Amino acid sequence: MLSLLLPEIITASLGVLVILLAVILPGKGEKTVQTLTVAGLVAVLFLAVKIGVDKEVLFNGIYIIDAYAGFFKILFLTGAILVILSSANYVKNFSGRISEFYGFMLFAVLGMMIMAGAGDLLTLYIALELMTISFYILVAYVLNRETSKEAGLKYLILGALSSGILLFGISLVYALTGTTVLSEIGSRLTLEPALISAVILILAGFGFKIALIPFHMWTPDIYEGAPINVTAFLAVASKAAGLAAMVRVFISSFQLGFFDWQLILALLAALTMIIGNLVALVQSNIKRLLAYSSIAQAGYLAVGLVAANEYGLKGILFYSMVYVFANLGAFAVAVQVENDTGSNEIKDFGELGKRSPFLAAVMTVCLLSLAGIPPLAGFVGKFYLFSGAVEAGYVWLAFIGLLMSMISVYYYLNVVKVMYIGKSPKETFPAIEPSARLALWICLLLTVFLGIYPYPLTLWTGNAVKLFLG
Amino acid sequence: MQLSDLVFYALAAFTIIAALGVVALPNIVHSALCLVLTFIGVAGIYFYLGADFIGLIQILAYAGAISVLMIFAVMLLLSRDVSESNPSHKKGKYLAALFSGLFAFLLALSIYSTSWDLTEGAEIVDSIGKIAYMLMGDYVIAFEAAAILLLAAVIGAVILARGEEKR
Repeated sequence: MLSLLLPEIITASLGVLVILLAVILPGKGEKTVQTLTVAGLVAVLFLAVKIGVDKEVLFNGIYIIDAYAGFFKILFLTGAILVILSSANYVKNFSGRISEFYGFMLFAVLGMMIMAGAGDLLTLYIALELMTISFYILVAYVLNRETSKEAGLKYLILGALSSGILLFGISLVYALTGTTVLSEIGSRLTLEPALISAVILILAGFGFKIALIPFHMWTPDIYEGAPINVTAFLAVASKAAGLAAMVRVFISSFQLGFFDWQLILALLAALTMIIGNLVALVQSNIKRLLAYSSIAQAGYLAVGLVAANEYGLKGILFYSMVYVFANLGAFAVAVQVENDTGSNEIKDFGELGKRSPFLAAVMTVCLLSLAGIPPLAGFVGKFYLFSGAVEAGYVWLAFIGLLMSMISVYYYLNVVKVMYIGKSPKETFPAIEPSARLALWICLLLTVFLGIYPYPLTLWTGNAVKLFLG
Repeated sequence: MQLSDLVFYALAAFTIIAALGVVALPNIVHSALCLVLTFIGVAGIYFYLGADFIGLIQILAYAGAISVLMIFAVMLLLSRDVSESNPSHKKGKYLAALFSGLFAFLLALSIYSTSWDLTEGAEIVDSIGKIAYMLMGDYVIAFEAAAILLLAAVIGAVILARGEEKR
């Protein structure tokens, strides 16, 4: 049993060790800590891949280790490794507390991993809090910048509010069923008015975490104010973690056809796709653009949960994974541009195609994948999500998704246009550090590869959602 | 209505009035003191439900330690006139009251129209022992995660409070 929990245990110990090293070696040894963190995360990643159990239930259903949890653990670890690699130079902005930064990253990853495996609402809630409290601190990490501090405070207040809403929903479920274990809730539920309130409150709580409209208002300000590598991690991993927990709670506890929560979610998803994409059209800051784009992406992902069939659920996992590479690739380029110019305006990407053809190429491929242009990976993911919706009878939702994807091409291509046609006062671009180059290559190659040959990921995701389909 | 119900309603009313005081009073020190009363009211409800250990911890940790810390922080950081230190927002006050009232009404409606499966719980003899077994048994992952959570929160608070180092 202990060997199954090794990924979590090692991540926790690594986090504590990093914090200890920060105390022992104050203000120096950051490179060591960084190398140690990446090496540790890679080791945990291999371990998580190696634990290929079908399904192991620990502590009477409170903690589940299955292919689904394993998939998301690998996703979070990959995301964290890519973020750390791509921002190795950027962390100099955190002077004096760089080592602690890695500690908080590790704690956030630990929270996400427990969220993916939690089979019990209480454990899930504590894991969620572990993740969000780490993020409250990370968002405010650039202490000499007003926007970062403001973002931290806003995230704290709104995050606490959303946690309260989620907890209220959980308490109603507990009052109705007398248990917080997900597998038992399903069999003990009866249709009562309080259950509807509970499901709506839980939906709203998760909606905050994955930024569904109308629970999205924190996203743009916080994504803009936070340090850019934190924004990248927040947009990718914290969203995936919220979604992982949400899918498990809704699919395994609130049976389909019991009462129509899918319709509520479908309306939220439609609203999210429409408003997210339309507002993204007018953004001039790359972080805000990616923030609204990530809101829209949450809408696409929610479509998969609305469908709740094989294609839909597979689509959620598939799309989350390709979203990691596409979004982190785009953010990694933005980190390099910010290292150069100190700003996040889209116009600063001018002539990037000439100044650094490699960065411009990565950005173009990643943005096109986010837009869902074939043959890139994003297209395959959207194909699964929308086919799932059609199969489940939500043709209108799939139609809105397709329409909005087409609109999204405009704002993604706008960035590409600036990179290749725009003007820039500078002639050259500073050299990219090797670790960031590695991360950029990984994002680029996987985005292309999974688009051309999606079979391995399809097989893996299909296997991971098998246990939800009975 | 039995006498025990009356106790519950009295405790609930006490808690709610104290909580309203936290929000509405213009002096932040008074708000903090009202928060102590709220915590004590909640502790009373725990005792009423037979969860004596949780009630004790609630009084020790929340009504005792946390509120004293909070009042300390308020006293240390307060630089303005204390009588107007917790101003209420004029703008949107009534709209907010309307929406939260509507929300509370809908929630109360759904809770009242539910037929709760109420059973008389058995008298819990050894609640501390039970909690200990659960924390170290089935809920050990949540327990350990909470430990890491507190560690992260403490270190984070120190880092954010220390601020940017001047060089």
